[in-house]
Amino acid sequence: SKIRGDTVHEQSSVEAMVLEMQDSKSGVKSSEQKLNITSIPHVVTGQDILAWIANHMKVDAQEAQTIGTMLVAYGFIYPLQDHKKLILKPDVSLYRFQTPYFWPVQKWKADNTDYAIYLAKRNIRKKGTLDVYEQEYYKNLHKWLNHKWDFIVMQAKEQYRAGKERNKADRVVFDCQERAYWIVHRPPPRTHSAMDYGVDRLIDPNAEENKTFDYYRRIIIFTQQAIMRSKVKSTVSLGAILKHMTTYKDHDPFLAPCLPSNPWQTDDSSYWDLNMRNVEIPTKMRVERWSFSFFELLNDPRGRTDFKVFLKKEFSGENLAFWEAAEEMKWGTASSISEKAQTIFKTFLAPGAPRWINIDGRTMGLTVKGLEHPHRYVLDAAQTHIFMLMKKDTFYRYLKSPVYKDIQKKALSPAPHNFTPSQLEQNAQNRKPGINPIIIWQQEEEERAKAAAAAGPIDIKKLMASKLDRK
Amino acid sequence: MYPSIHPSIHLSTLTSISSSPVIIYVHLAVQQLQTLCFLANFPLAKMAAQEVQPSETIAKLKSESEALKTKLEEERAKLHDVELHQVAEKVDPLGQFVMKTRRTLKGHGNKVLCMDWCKDKRRIVSSSQDGKVIVWDAFTTNKEHAVTMPCTWVMACAYAPSGCAVACGGLDNKCSVYPLSLDKNENLAAKKKSVAMHTNYLSACSFTNSDMQILTSSGDGTCALWDVESGQLLQSFHGHAADVLCLDLAPSETGNTFVSGGCDKKANVWDMRSGQCIQSFETHESDINSVRYYPSGDAFASGSDDATCRLYDLRADREVAIYSKESIIFGASSVDFSLSGRLLFGGYNDYTINVWDVLKGTRVSILFGHENRVSTLRVSPDGTAFCSGSWDHTLRVRE
Repeated sequence: SKIRGDTVHEQSSVEAMVLEMQDSKSGVKSSEQKLNITSIPHVVTGQDILAWIANHMKVDAQEAQTIGTMLVAYGFIYPLQDHKKLILKPDVSLYRFQTPYFWPVQKWKADNTDYAIYLAKRNIRKKGTLDVYEQEYYKNLHKWLNHKWDFIVMQAKEQYRAGKERNKADRVVFDCQERAYWIVHRPPPRTHSAMDYGVDRLIDPNAEENKTFDYYRRIIIFTQQAIMRSKVKSTVSLGAILKHMTTYKDHDPFLAPCLPSNPWQTDDSSYWDLNMRNVEIPTKMRVERWSFSFFELLNDPRGRTDFKVFLKKEFSGENLAFWEAAEEMKWGTASSISEKAQTIFKTFLAPGAPRWINIDGRTMGLTVKGLEHPHRYVLDAAQTHIFMLMKKDTFYRYLKSPVYKDIQKKALSPAPHNFTPSQLEQNAQNRKPGINPIIIWQQEEEERAKAAAAAGPIDIKKLMASKLDRK
Repeated sequence: MYPSIHPSIHLSTLTSISSSPVIIYVHLAVQQLQTLCFLANFPLAKMAAQEVQPSETIAKLKSESEALKTKLEEERAKLHDVELHQVAEKVDPLGQFVMKTRRTLKGHGNKVLCMDWCKDKRRIVSSSQDGKVIVWDAFTTNKEHAVTMPCTWVMACAYAPSGCAVACGGLDNKCSVYPLSLDKNENLAAKKKSVAMHTNYLSACSFTNSDMQILTSSGDGTCALWDVESGQLLQSFHGHAADVLCLDLAPSETGNTFVSGGCDKKANVWDMRSGQCIQSFETHESDINSVRYYPSGDAFASGSDDATCRLYDLRADREVAIYSKESIIFGASSVDFSLSGRLLFGGYNDYTINVWDVLKGTRVSILFGHENRVSTLRVSPDGTAFCSGSWDHTLRVRE
């Protein structure tokens, strides 16, 4: 659960471990210790707990510390000294195992009524013992639970009386246990408890769904479709996953150094400046990445720009233009769909359209029909067809073209930074703020508007002439 | 107990060329949860469309569904000709990693619940339990904007692809979009736009390929796609049997699917156009807190309260790896891949971050530093660092 502090699953393995830790023979060494003037049994030290965890779970000291701190944060173990800090100290600090009655359990939530009774009881025992944060709680609880306040005070008095009848040692132990429980469930400020509550889960996933006809029919339909869906052999799919990792290995900043340097490491943002969205000369690594897949090329604005240079030379820009227009419709506002559909039809699909795209008759027919009642996915078939065409043919010709070879040659290969410690300090003091993305967006919008205006009414004769030329 | 969701009657026509037939989906009110499928040339469609036959018994349907499930497993098994660790054998092991905290962002007054990176690779948005949403330039650690939501527990936040807006929501059951401003003194709440409306808490949100659409998941058990400008519901996704906790959009060239994970232990893959669940995986033993696609879109990872992270191969339709250790007993709250997909970072409830070798299945590093559970974790868009947010009120950027 994203919100709640506890989960059922973790409980059972943790509970088992905590019980093992208390085993008289194989558990953590315990002894009797004096707390103020009372003798408390079954006390253990932080370092003994950690040693036991490290040995038992076969982990190193730091991991044992993590596990140990979890046991304290969840309230399975509680500290006798410095009781508000829910961590496991790797020294002779004293701890005790919490009684199972106070273990974090999903079924019994630590509710406000119980907390009110606890605070009231402490108030009765000795006025003024409540901490500031507890007084805050107490004030609020008095407001929220005003209707049952008599009951709360009565319960508190009763518990106080019953407590007095216990012998001193038992009472001290119980007070420690109870106090520990509430530190976990109503943590003081700056105490990190694992039982910090939040929002409850709405739907109980364990509730049996009503198994009606519909329930089984749904499963049947879904399973049949799953059976019919094409799947590939693991060698093929896992091979593809491996191939991706291998291809991108040198581009992964966690696996290979980025040039000139990783900005987070050296506080120098050159790497980002060199790789801005529409930088004039891209880096060699970036240009290499465009060759990995058509998707990579299109996704990188600089790559797409270079691809458009190639398309212009081939006079085949209409395919990409159509794809871009279809994308804009798919991801655009609902209100702009019909207008965009009209423009796209007039520009790319109508007979004699200025940027007519060459798709098969069937696709064209269905698309045009669909455009009579346009919705955002109406161009899917045509768009996929055009995309595949570019991917399987144009893209590969681009990679072999003088345009691509030219940009490969021009591309930058920045030398790695070699900052001295004092230079690094300087960098840390002078971190550059960088351009606000809003400004970049505004600039790009202006360019888009300019380009659209420049495209203007297309000279069909000129376009047809150039098409004939190409043939 | 099923939540009452305002019925959405939805008719979308999808014409698809080549071999697939014409498909029309009619979505009815949630209470009924009926998806009537008219698939021309498909006999099962006729069965689904029929009235209840008196002779049909539930027992008969049950055994039929079970037989089909067995058949599906057989089909899957036929294609299962290699294990991931076998494929991994021929690959060099990774070296040692030294990952340091490079920035600690302090400013939230309460638990950090969610964060997201801006496409500029250095700005982030984060949200917390006390209703605060902060936009930071993580590189300089400057706070650029702060918004106070009218609700607590802001569990979801996202940066718009343009970098000009952020979306967030939580216990208010809504997802709201705040356009950002160059003027630091401007009150962002004035231009706030309410987009999504669920009938219970918002657990996650994400913009699609533009600022104009948002995908949400909710405690009401559904996911939904919304038009930002009008607030119109474009598509809803029903199929989870409990709260949906997380979602991630596929990075594919077609960009039409997303995966969601829920308290019903299921991870579902959805077709955004039709609203249909096209794949489902139920191997986790507890809530799925986080799902994230592998960079190529052919697989996805999940993190769960069962203390494991898992990898699912979408093309082979199966789980292919479990990332777990005996010493890891507390849930994973958030996962993300490094740029190449070789590393999987997992934030856990025991305050640590475990780094896994996706291929070999081993843990390559464990990172400490947070003083309370790690609630959110994302790798930056260019893979140069990752950021973790925690209930200890801070965010840390590490590389």
